[in-house]
Amino acid sequence: MLSKRIIACLDVRDGNVVKGIKFQKLRTAGSPAELARRYNEEGIDEVVILDVTATLENRKALGKTINEVAHQIFLPLCVGGGIRDEFHAEAAIEAGADKVSLNTAAIAQPELITTLARRYGSQAVIVAIDAKRAGDRFKIYVRSGQEETERNAVEWAREACDRGAGEILLTSIDRDGTKAGFDCELTAAVSEAVSIPVIASGGAGVFDHFVDVFTTGKADAALAASIFHYSEHAVSDLKQHLKHCGIPVRR
Amino acid sequence: MIALIDYGAGNLTSVKKALSHLNAPFNTPSSPDELAAVSGIIVPGVGNFEATNALTKEWKQALKETIDRNVPLLGICLGLQWLFEGSEESQDVAGLGLLTGNCSLIHAEGDQQGQILKVPHVGWNSLHITRESWLLRNICEGDQVYFTHSYAAPVTDACVASTDYGFTFASAIEHQHVAGVQFHPEKSGRVGLSILNNFLSLTK
Repeated sequence: MLSKRIIACLDVRDGNVVKGIKFQKLRTAGSPAELARRYNEEGIDEVVILDVTATLENRKALGKTINEVAHQIFLPLCVGGGIRDEFHAEAAIEAGADKVSLNTAAIAQPELITTLARRYGSQAVIVAIDAKRAGDRFKIYVRSGQEETERNAVEWAREACDRGAGEILLTSIDRDGTKAGFDCELTAAVSEAVSIPVIASGGAGVFDHFVDVFTTGKADAALAASIFHYSEHAVSDLKQHLKHCGIPVRR
Repeated sequence: MIALIDYGAGNLTSVKKALSHLNAPFNTPSSPDELAAVSGIIVPGVGNFEATNALTKEWKQALKETIDRNVPLLGICLGLQWLFEGSEESQDVAGLGLLTGNCSLIHAEGDQQGQILKVPHVGWNSLHITRESWLLRNICEGDQVYFTHSYAAPVTDACVASTDYGFTFASAIEHQHVAGVQFHPEKSGRVGLSILNNFLSLTK
């Protein structure tokens, strides 16, 4: 049976892992390679490196980080944050990423999804969507949550899928870093609308939040950061809990 | 020396990294002539079956001859599918035809815990060992490996492990010294590295 995936996100700035609340107030959590190594031992299924500053001068540092993490783990590794064009994607993949995640660039130039899917295969292209509730719909924000768009998350997910995306990484801005639980309504709405896997993100605080997002939220994978960074054995304990609740996970 | 066949289907960085980690010397031959002195062959690949078109008649011939010299070969993902006669994904393109049968699109009508199965099949799924093999030596029933694919190979006599995802497909095959895996051993943690190591042992 296909397992539900648990993905650790490393928000990286200047070579260090940081974590903010609602995309703001960043604090440091350690070295990416060290955290990746620990998570791998604890049984994480996948790792995402998100370059949260993604300024031009730091892109070289990012390549080094990707390479260091890729040498620690033999697991799927996704890189996102500031991937604007084919060359950025190529640099991330050559440094050791298996997948790249496109966010702002995918909205601005949706054809980039197709270009990368043709070149590397759909499995290598994740479209990241940062969504915020607006009445009864979910509005997309770009530029690390700074800029509101008029796009609807469900419709955009469907289009991204049609254009060749292999997975959707869906973050609730309302829940990011709050530990109030994933936005299951948002996740289920997107997951039901597309034929590709949906990774839920934003809001993980306790283990039961993962149970909720895998059942009510219909997520295929769940991503978290802080819940893993600051406590030892969180990954293995979480998997034990999910297994106990009847959710298929990798041993 | 392991020949890692680079025919432009996806990126080989992670396979290279795993081989280096396992201390296996490898090269990526640029012409079929370079297969003369190799001790093992890995045919990786992700993406559309059509990409295997880049494995020209000359490459196919050289690979077949190398296999005939008892050099072990491992096909990974698209590389496994290519060992069969062809694939529903790209019907004009012939596979190597070493194994009988054709690959087909994953039937997604089944469901898992009330959820519709998604295609591609992405993530960690378990191996059901169907017979003894050198490829899966020390691998246990139920061990999990990382998949990402939309098409899959049929369960035939060559199948040594199968996996269920709405239907049952061959996740590992073995025919004498030729083997193939539908999953990505280079991305499957400890279990995947063991399988790669089993292959490498045969090339020594």
